[in-house]
Order: sequence, then structure tokens, then C-alpha cells
Amino acid sequence: MNENFNNAWRGFNGGEWCESVNVRDFIQKNYTPYEGGEEFLAPATERTKRLMGKLEELFKLERERGGVVGIDTETVSSLVTYPAAYLDRDDELIVGLQTGAPLVRGIHPFGGIRMARSACKAYGYTLSDKIEEQFRYRTTHNDGVFRAYTDTMRQMRHAGILTGLPDAYGRGRIIGDYRRIALYGIDYLIEQKKADKAALGKKAMTEESIRLAEELYKQISFLGFLKEMAAEYGCDISRPAENGREAVQWTYFGYLAANKEQNGAAMSLGRVGTFLDIYLERDIREGTLDEAGAQELIDQLVIKLRMIRHLRTPEYNELFGGDPMWITEAVGGMGEDGRALVTKSSFRFLHTLYNLGCSPEPNLTVLWSEKLPEGFKKYCAGVSIDTDSIQYENDDVMRPVYGDDYAIACCVSAMKVGKQMQFFGARCNLPKVLLMAINGGRDEKAGMQIGPEMPIYEGEYLDFDEVSERLEKYMAWIAEQYVSTMNVIHFMHDKYAYERTQLALHDIDVERLMAFGVAGLSVIADSLSAIKYARVKPVKNEEGLVVDYITEGDFPTYGNDDDRVDSIARGILHAFITELRKTPTYRGARHTLSALTITSNVVYGKKTGSTPDGRHAGEPFAPGANPMHNREKNGALASLNSVAKMSYEDCRDGISNTFSIVPYALGKSREEQRANLVTILGGYFVQGAHHINVNVLERQKLIDAMNNPELYPNLTIRVSGYAVNFHKLSLEQQKEVISRTFHESV
Amino acid sequence: MSEIGYIHSLQSLGTVDGPGVRAVIFAAGCPLRCVYCHNPDTWKMSDGTPTSAEDIARRIFRLYPYIKDGGVTFSGGEPLLQAEFFTKLSLLLKERGLHIALDTSGCMLGEGVMRLLDVVDLVLLDVKFDSEDDYFRNTGGSFLQTVAFLDELKRRNLPTWIRRVAVPELNDRREDILRLSELVSRYPNIEKVELLPFRKLCLEKYRTLGIEFPLENTPEMSEAKIRELYQYLNS
Repeated sequence: MNENFNNAWRGFNGGEWCESVNVRDFIQKNYTPYEGGEEFLAPATERTKRLMGKLEELFKLERERGGVVGIDTETVSSLVTYPAAYLDRDDELIVGLQTGAPLVRGIHPFGGIRMARSACKAYGYTLSDKIEEQFRYRTTHNDGVFRAYTDTMRQMRHAGILTGLPDAYGRGRIIGDYRRIALYGIDYLIEQKKADKAALGKKAMTEESIRLAEELYKQISFLGFLKEMAAEYGCDISRPAENGREAVQWTYFGYLAANKEQNGAAMSLGRVGTFLDIYLERDIREGTLDEAGAQELIDQLVIKLRMIRHLRTPEYNELFGGDPMWITEAVGGMGEDGRALVTKSSFRFLHTLYNLGCSPEPNLTVLWSEKLPEGFKKYCAGVSIDTDSIQYENDDVMRPVYGDDYAIACCVSAMKVGKQMQFFGARCNLPKVLLMAINGGRDEKAGMQIGPEMPIYEGEYLDFDEVSERLEKYMAWIAEQYVSTMNVIHFMHDKYAYERTQLALHDIDVERLMAFGVAGLSVIADSLSAIKYARVKPVKNEEGLVVDYITEGDFPTYGNDDDRVDSIARGILHAFITELRKTPTYRGARHTLSALTITSNVVYGKKTGSTPDGRHAGEPFAPGANPMHNREKNGALASLNSVAKMSYEDCRDGISNTFSIVPYALGKSREEQRANLVTILGGYFVQGAHHINVNVLERQKLIDAMNNPELYPNLTIRVSGYAVNFHKLSLEQQKEVISRTFHESV
Repeated sequence: MSEIGYIHSLQSLGTVDGPGVRAVIFAAGCPLRCVYCHNPDTWKMSDGTPTSAEDIARRIFRLYPYIKDGGVTFSGGEPLLQAEFFTKLSLLLKERGLHIALDTSGCMLGEGVMRLLDVVDLVLLDVKFDSEDDYFRNTGGSFLQTVAFLDELKRRNLPTWIRRVAVPELNDRREDILRLSELVSRYPNIEKVELLPFRKLCLEKYRTLGIEFPLENTPEMSEAKIRELYQYLNS
């Protein structure tokens, strides 16, 4: 290592990280755990306030222009296709914008030119002839996928059995280890990649290794572009960062480059807080930075993150409402040696919600452990009560699987930073599979035969055993179709829209996870419960298709801590992942499953006929693993207990629960509310539950905000594994959020 | 001991009926008919679900991770009407060391109630009015009976929180609160006095049940007024 390293690494404890890329080792050897409370935190500096004020003006303009400030239709977004641009050059400590002007959205045609074209059109723009011409002879990811899709795949997609598939936009859910740039500098990373490539060439070349060799070539070339991009801003990132400001800046450049290259559905940041804290602490120790300065750097990084934008189509917004980016930053968690990974910078990140105001982005995700310091737990609970902007995930169930340097992609997807990536796969509509099983493979809405043909259910009442047997068959069929569809998508994504920047910030032998998902868990569980414990009469139309159900009598519903139905929900998840595992995946990815819907629970509901649980055709599903709205009769904790029974073992890609409670139901004083929320989170997670979004607010406030959006420009609410500005949801999505259960005290 | 209780419902998350996070069991059946009652659906014992103490205990133990430092509150309705059942339930809950609070009007004091008081840790005693007249007119019960109950709690040195739903025009005058304050000063076992603002969230319940709500036209109690009343309490 040369003198660049001597200076950049001054005062750090050495270790394996000095010999090869190993950010985790660097963190473990150098971080300073913080056990105290929030009393040390500093307010925003005047400089930050001015900058944020300027951004607020732009946000206002964005709202006025229907959600998009502008689109650069002339340029294909990439690392060096735009000149350096600024929000306010004098006040910015951390620089770098995605396009030539703040909030202006770029064009990403590699995912699909049609999508880019229609997104421009939706906002009154026209994609330039120049780009149209360039892409006339190019195959995009979207083109590739549709060349290989079978008729059945198209039908399933059209009927809404599989929805939200990343077949026309960037798949996302890949987290580059952006910290590597700060710790090692680009030149060292390039050297390592070249060495990897050379080593690869020493063995006999196979289809697999040829593909990898080409990928390494692309990675190396994009690391070069990354250096060029930073140079435009006057920064030399060929060398490692030498102080806190550079560490923040270098890390951000990596993240920025990823967003210039890709418009992935979820572009998460990772787990940078405790890493950056090491640099900030060193500066404070050396006397070159104080607390106000440290907070200022984090505030300014977060301002930049809040400016990230991608151009989406209206159909996309219907599924993923509120223009989310999923700039997920994991905060907290425990180390494998038993020390908490909580540092002062963990607090600083959360504190941006006060210094800069509430915001859905970045998607701050607290990795909860029973053993987290009490001061931190209390602070987090207070942030939830005050801002409704953060979510919690159980470090005690993830750490044994992913170690202590994992992060969260999107909402709930854990992966080891720089070592694992995900093939994102949206979700399968399980209630529709049930209806299809009853209808012998026909779609209950269009009547078209999609699945294997079987006679339509004959009996007067639905028999639980017979329906279960049919369901098993159709689940096996859909599982195979689902894996095949995903294989097509990710084969083509790797081929035509490979994430060069992000994968350059991964190890060469990256482990792949293929993430399947389910929607409508509570609907199918309650439907099966109704069939088992009540009497359900199928109603047929004149063509003999079952289109409705008459349910007589009571039946237990999911969300009441009642094992009779909770075990059905749990069993469905287990059965589905078991079926999925039977079909091999592209590149040997490991099958995972999630119960997470984003806001697509509304669209899924719309595409699904009446169900035996009494839900009417077209009505929204509950989101994620949530119980159906207002079927929880035993209060909040019983509801949490039902969700906590879903097995993380079966759902390694996450089990999402969105929980809304009125402030008074948490206690009388803020102090009591904080303490009680800590107790509730602790009680939930100690049972092995995976995830929770917490909203502490009155339903009435949302109704007011729906009617008077101008009065609530910053009202933030957690809807699924992410938060949104309430006003950015469609009216339909807003109504669905309002109809959800708000736990109250009696 | 009675094995079966008549239960209106189990609220798994309670944070305003005793200290910490608590499960709250609402007993069915109440001898009083308070004009401001917000749970008219708990008046009749026969409307409750017959449930065994073991069954309730089992459901509560499912909540143990949340309530281990808080506890369980018996509310209603009037749990004293089913004192034997709640005594039995308390003994089961005590096997796992759960803290038990009894939310009551103190309207009766027989042998069964005495046994229940042996096993509870905290009493939330609702002192609704401050004179026999007012009490009888607005609840159908007896103020003196409440005082007798309080005397028994004092004799046992049982920790007690006094609660009062403050209702505009009925019991929210300065002198009402001063009388309450005077009463409280005579009982060293009282740890806390809570003034709960009168609310009309129960209107829907009355409509559903087809019962007239006597205070339909009474305004809700304001937060400001509650703060003012607290000042009299502490003066």
C-alpha cells in the first residue's frame, strides 16, 4: 500500500481489512459503540437550513407540476452523460446530482424503451428522436424478456396472478458496497477486479466463466467512469477518503453513480452510518470537526438522498404508490461479538427527521435487537411517535442468517453487503390461485383457461379437504411457472441491463437470492378458515363459473392470535416456498419468499373476484402479512401475535406488518408512550417476528389530509415496507390506508 | 370457586388502565347505570361469553412478552359481580408473577370481594361523584358504599389509584374537585388521582344497541378544563 493509504488510514486499527477488501473487518476494529441517549445531538446549521429551504421550494414546484419537475429527454442517463450540477454550490458540502439540474429526471432506456417513452408521455414530454434512433437497433431488457415469455406467462401476467414483475424496468434490490470507495479508493478496487479477472482466465473457460469475465470487464470500465464522474465535481476518488467529509462524499458518489446507471425499483443505500461514524469520530478526535459539523455532513448527505428521482409510468405508480425510491439505510443492530453497532451516527441519521423535517426517504430502518442499548430504543420509539417515518426489523432473527454486516434492500430484504444480491420477483396473488383452483384453472373474472384444466367445483358447499387438495395442485403449477418466469426475467436483465456499477462494488463470487413473494395472505387464510369452520356456498354464473360465495356462520379470522386460522396462514407460506424450491433457478440462486405487497394490495384486490372470506370482488387486500382490515377483535397485541407466528425460516425475504395506533392508545404522556412502544416492539420481536412499520396517528388526520392536501405537504406515513408523503398516493390508495385498522384503546 | 366467567371482551393492548402495557379483561354485567357510561354493551352479564378462567389465562399468557412488566387489568362492566371467577383467574395469573389491577366502582363488599382483594396488586377505584345524592341520581348506586370500599382498601394498605370521569356540568365544578381532594387526603394508600375527560365516542354503541344516551347533548370535556381541574386537585 502506498502513502495515500498511510494518510487516509492514519489512526485506524489495522487488520485483515488492510490486506484485502473487507469493510466489515474495518468497522469491527475501529467503531466506537455509543450507549447513551440523544442529548448530544446538534440542530441543523444555518447553511443546512438554507439548502433545505431551497429544496423545499423545489418540492413545491414538483407538486405543482404534477409530481415531476422536468425530464431530460435528450440524454441517456449514465455516469458521465451530464455535466456537474448543483443545488446551491455555496451551501453544499456534499455534491453530485443525478442529471443536469435538481429533481430533473433522467431517461433509462436499457430496462425498456417503451416504458421510457410512455413515462415521458404521461407527464407531457416526448422522448427525443436522438434516443429513439439510438435504441432502434438495440435490444432492451424488456425486449429480451418478451422474446422468451411463453403464452402462459403472458396470460398470468395479464390476469394479475403475477404482477409487478421487473420485466420492463430495472429490477433493483441490489446494494453496492458504496463504503468501499471511501475506504480504498477506486484505483485499488480496479486493481482487485483486474486480479480477479486474471485469476478467472487461468482456469478453463466455460459458459459461466465467460459470462463472468465479460461482467468483470464491464465492472472495471464503470469504476473508471465513476472516477471520471467524481472528477467533474473536482474530487479525486482514485485514492481513499482522508477525512469525514470525503468519506461521506466518496460513499455518496458510489450511490449516485448507481442511480445514474440504473432505475431499479429499490435502490437502497445499505448500512453506511456506523462506517461513516469512524471517520467523523477521528475528525472530532483530531479537532477538525465538532458535533454540529458531524451532524451537518449527515444532514447534507440526507438532503442529497431526498433528491434522488426516477421516471416512472402511471401503471408503475399504481403498484408502487407515492414515488418511492427505497433508499433504505439500516441503522443499529448488534455485532456478532455482542457489542451494539449503534454509534452516535445512528442517532444522527434518525435526527435528520427533526433537522430537515419528516420524510419518507431515506427509508430509515432500525435493526432491532433485545440487546440494543435502552437509550437508543427509547430514542427510536420517540422518532416513530413524532414522525411516522421509520420501520423496524428484527436483527435477532436476521443476524444468525446474514451475519452482522447485512443491509436491507427495498423494504424487508436482508442481504450481506457486497456479498449477496437479489433477483427481485414481485409477487403471486394467492387468493386468485385459490379461486382458480375452485374454477378448475379458469380465471374467475375473464373466464379464460389459464391453468391446467379440471372440472369446476361441483358440490353445494365447499369442502375443506377437497378445496385444499385442489389448491395444492394449483400451487404446485403456479410455483413452477413463477420460477420459470423469474428465470427468464433475470437471464435477460443480466444480458441487457447488467448493473455494472453496483456489481463492481461486490465480491466476484456474489451469492444470489431469488426473491418470490405472495400477496393476499390474510385473504386466503381467512377464506380457508371460512371453508373449514363456517359453511361456504359457491355461486355460479350462467357459464357455470364460480363468481361469488355465500358464507354462513362464524369463523376465526387471522389477526386474533387464534391458532386455528393462524396455522393456516403459516402453512400456506410453508407450502408455497416448498413448491418454489422444486424448480431450479437461474444462476443457482437461493429461493426466498416474502409476504410484502408495497401498495399493490390495492391493484391485486381490484383484479381478484369475491373470496370465501366475505371480501367482495375488487376490494383491496390487506397489505403484506397484515390481517384484513378491522377483522382484529382482540386488540393490537393479539394482532401482532398472529403475524409473529409466520415463520422467517420460510420467508427469508421478509414478513411485512404495518401497524397503526392512535397516540392515546400508547399511553397518556409522551414519556409513557415511548416506554410502552419500546415494550410492544420488544414483546413482538422476542417471539421471532420479522418486521413492523409503526404509525402513531389519528385516522381523522389522514381524512383531513385527503381532503386538504395543501395543508399537509410533509405528512409522512408508513404504508408497507416504506414510507410515503401521504399526498403522493392516489385517491384509491389513500382510501385504502384510511380503511385500515387503527388500534385504539377502549 | 366459580370456574366460568361472563366476559365481554379481551383487549390485548391497554396502556391507560394501570401502569405499563397491560391486557384488559372486560367483565360483562354491571349493577350501576351511570349516565355517562361509555360501555353500555357491558351492562348485562347474560350478554357476555361464558369463558373458563383457564381459557382466559391461556390467552393472556400468549401476551406475556408484552405485559410481563405491566400486567393485567380487570375492568368491565363490574368485575366485583364475578369476584369468585376473577379470584380464580388471579391465582392462575399469579403463577407467572403478573401484576393485577382491579378497575371497579367499589359498589359491593362481600366475602367474595374480600377474597379478590387478597390477590390483586392495585385498585383503580372510580369515585364518580362526591355526595350520596349526586351519586344515586347519576348512577343508581351509593357514594357511601364507595367510601366503605375505600376504607377497606386503606385497612389493607392496598395501593389505590382514584379515577374520576369529569363530565361538564355534572361533576366539574371547583367544589367537586376540592371535595374529591379532601377525600383523597384521608387515604395514605392512594398513590395517584386521574381525571379522565368525558368523551362521546360511545354514541355509536348506544345507537347500535338502540338505547338512548342520556348525555347526548352534553359537550365533551376539553383538555384545557381538565388541566384546570388538576390544579384544584393539587391546591
